[in-house]
Amino acid sequence: VPTLDLLVNGARRRVEAGAQESLLSVLRNEIGLTGAKYGCGEGQCGACTVLLDGRPTRACVTQASAIGPKTAVTTIEGIADGERLHPVQQAFLDADALQCGYCTPGMIVEAVALLRRNPRPDDAAIVEAMQGHVCRCCTYPRIVRAIRETARGGAGKRT
Amino acid sequence: MEEDAFLDVERYELSERLPYRFAVDRRGFLQLVGVVVLVTVARSDAQESGRRSADESGPSDLAAWLHIAEDGTVTVYTGKVEVGQNARTSLTQAVADELHAPVEAIRLVMGDTDLTPYDMGTFGSRTTPVMAPRIRRAAAAARELLKEEAAKEWGVPVPELEVADGHVSHAPSRRRIAFGSLTRGRKLVRALGEDSPTSPAAQWTVAGRSLPKVDGRDFVTGRHRYTSDLAPAGMLHGRVLRPPAIGAVLESVDLSPAEAMAGVVAVRDGDFVGVAAPRADVAGQALESLKPAWKIVPQPSGRDLYKDLRKAAAPSSGEGRRPPPFVVGSVSDGLAAADHRLESTYTVAYIAHIPLEPRAAVAEWAEGRLTVWTGTQRPFGVKDELAQAFRVSEDKVRVIVPDTGSAYGGKHTGEYAVEAARLAKAAGRPVKVVWSREEEFRWGYFRPAGVIDVRSGVDAAGKLVAWEMHNYNSGPSAIRTSYVAPNQHIEFHPAESPLRQGSYRGLAATANHFARESHMDELATLLKLDPLEVRRRNLEDKRFLAVLDAAAERFGWQKRSRTPGRGCGIAGGFEKGSYVAACAEVGVDGDGTVRLLRLVAAFECGAIVNPEHLRNQVEGALLMGLGGALFEAVEFDEGKILNPRLSLYRVPRFKDVPELDVVLLDRKDLASAGAGETPIVGVAPAVAGAIFDATGVRLRAMPLAPRGVAKPETTSAKG
Repeated sequence: VPTLDLLVNGARRRVEAGAQESLLSVLRNEIGLTGAKYGCGEGQCGACTVLLDGRPTRACVTQASAIGPKTAVTTIEGIADGERLHPVQQAFLDADALQCGYCTPGMIVEAVALLRRNPRPDDAAIVEAMQGHVCRCCTYPRIVRAIRETARGGAGKRT
Repeated sequence: MEEDAFLDVERYELSERLPYRFAVDRRGFLQLVGVVVLVTVARSDAQESGRRSADESGPSDLAAWLHIAEDGTVTVYTGKVEVGQNARTSLTQAVADELHAPVEAIRLVMGDTDLTPYDMGTFGSRTTPVMAPRIRRAAAAARELLKEEAAKEWGVPVPELEVADGHVSHAPSRRRIAFGSLTRGRKLVRALGEDSPTSPAAQWTVAGRSLPKVDGRDFVTGRHRYTSDLAPAGMLHGRVLRPPAIGAVLESVDLSPAEAMAGVVAVRDGDFVGVAAPRADVAGQALESLKPAWKIVPQPSGRDLYKDLRKAAAPSSGEGRRPPPFVVGSVSDGLAAADHRLESTYTVAYIAHIPLEPRAAVAEWAEGRLTVWTGTQRPFGVKDELAQAFRVSEDKVRVIVPDTGSAYGGKHTGEYAVEAARLAKAAGRPVKVVWSREEEFRWGYFRPAGVIDVRSGVDAAGKLVAWEMHNYNSGPSAIRTSYVAPNQHIEFHPAESPLRQGSYRGLAATANHFARESHMDELATLLKLDPLEVRRRNLEDKRFLAVLDAAAERFGWQKRSRTPGRGCGIAGGFEKGSYVAACAEVGVDGDGTVRLLRLVAAFECGAIVNPEHLRNQVEGALLMGLGGALFEAVEFDEGKILNPRLSLYRVPRFKDVPELDVVLLDRKDLASAGAGETPIVGVAPAVAGAIFDATGVRLRAMPLAPRGVAKPETTSAKG
């Protein structure tokens, strides 16, 4: 099995990866970073979203071998600052923006990227950025609220 | 009586059998120090919540148990599982409330068949009305036991003691002791039945408030381990060979190409063929290397579905599953006397659950004992399935359910647990099987499709004099009407479904409410009455009226918009102890595209346990409901699912979310009912009413407008 060098959450990793193996499979099965989830395998649900040099990317349809050793891969496990939650993570908790939580890592990673790109998105911009993500529990309004509240710099208010 | 009806419903909707037939110690969980409280169940509902046989340890009618360790940790054991409905949080609140222990000290062990008492399953919105009171009783009994111990120790009367924050205290002597310290290495056991008192909702201090999700942090950091995230040492990744179409029979398969691959285990056992490999990608390659030959067996197509369902509902087809019709008075007499008569037929398509975490299981055999971690709503049911499949006694099987990435009624069966266990048995190592999204669509089961005929008669004052309703295949949940009618005939007709079908959030209550509430709207049109008014004239149930009025008021029903291209609808219902009413406003574009603009719902489920989590559940059920209402449908042809992917099957997304407003009615004088299901039932009829209001087109098929209103397939009568 060929090996690859990856830069994941700031750490260099040498991993085994099959020629066709997806980044999602390598992260989950080789590195043990299981925060990014399999949801559809065709980039339609967003549960597998990670950042490649800050760009939100569907890891399930990205070949691991296509990623260079200098590309910074950031997963949900790399979003918090140690034990200190990222404001988006805190806002998701404050807005109760999850039920089963399976889509949550992908949602949060996408939201972090959105807010870096556009620190003050209006609701339409939030919806546009998040449209590729599925929350089957349908906590959508709460996710929008969490992102909106993060952008406002306040904690999401519990109603 | 009511319980029996409930069981019959679930039995019908759980009638699917295992897909495979393979060629064929008691756990000392009470050996603990500290306080142990056992909750036993009354004989009357032992069938649901106790267990059926005495083959497991502990009292035969144990429902839940609670342990307080010497460090003060409170552990509650319940067979219920967490699938996103936040039962872990609401049950924690129940314990904290009665025990007066800090929330942080309370831990729930859920859905572990070695540790938790038998439970039929997490479905039917039963956790809040049935399990929470049991756990409350356990916690209340533990509190009293601790007080008695403290009273003995200090030589003071029990009534002088107070319990707060995990401590018993005696104010007159200024003494205070932690729960755990009271037991001093002993084991204090108390067993109690169903009759012990618990606090009324008016006295709740922890319940009734919006306690945040107890382990929320694990989910936002990606730290929570779902079944599909588990990887015990030496684990292999398993894949299962699937037929090209439903009913296809395997004629031959050559396993040797897979077996030639390094580390790959390939299994054929009866109808089952699967592979397992140390690497996930290699497992996929091994599966692809198999060249099976299949015999295709002709299967029905979706084209004639509704005709087929009527045909299949011949009296003999549903033998043993057919509940008797509900009959009051004489419908024909009522119709003869009616001033107006109306007949219409409604249809509901198959839809898919699509739990975002696919069905998954990790299985491990060790010393003749099988342990399976799996996301299921029925851990004990899956345990039975495993014991049967492998012909081992039940005490050789343990099922553990990690908090699961949703289910919505879709994770009642254990075939994926069986698959992982079969591969693990062959491999002699743990094996994980995670279904692909396509496998989910093709080999899970669906919410039943159905045809519903309604015939009614009303008098000149708009009061129902006759009501007849026949549901073919979709199910009997909420088939009875809440509207007052002196003559009724209501009947469910089971059918042979061309597709595998089973439970889904709300079961058939969604279909039956769609038909009933749409028909009430049609009567309103016939009588030239306001849709709310026709309902009011036929309702006596004050709780139903209360949600209708609350939704109408918040929505502004009486002064609703009359903008061209826009319309409003209202619908309501009752199921599983709770009431919902929904008002919808839609916009219909020139090309027929329907957009849901606004949705207001009022919901009442007795005393509210956790307002924020309840609101979240209600919102989620409403929005999930809009998928089935407007566009979700499984398409199939000759035994093949034609849209088995998220790129082909549309689910609600961010852009589909309307302006949403939920009114919660808190009835502290009523017992709390479950809330995860019923809010879904009002959406489709409210939207159908709104589309009619906007366009004059009455849509009687769910989904209402997958391709817009103007298309003929949505406006033609079906059935």
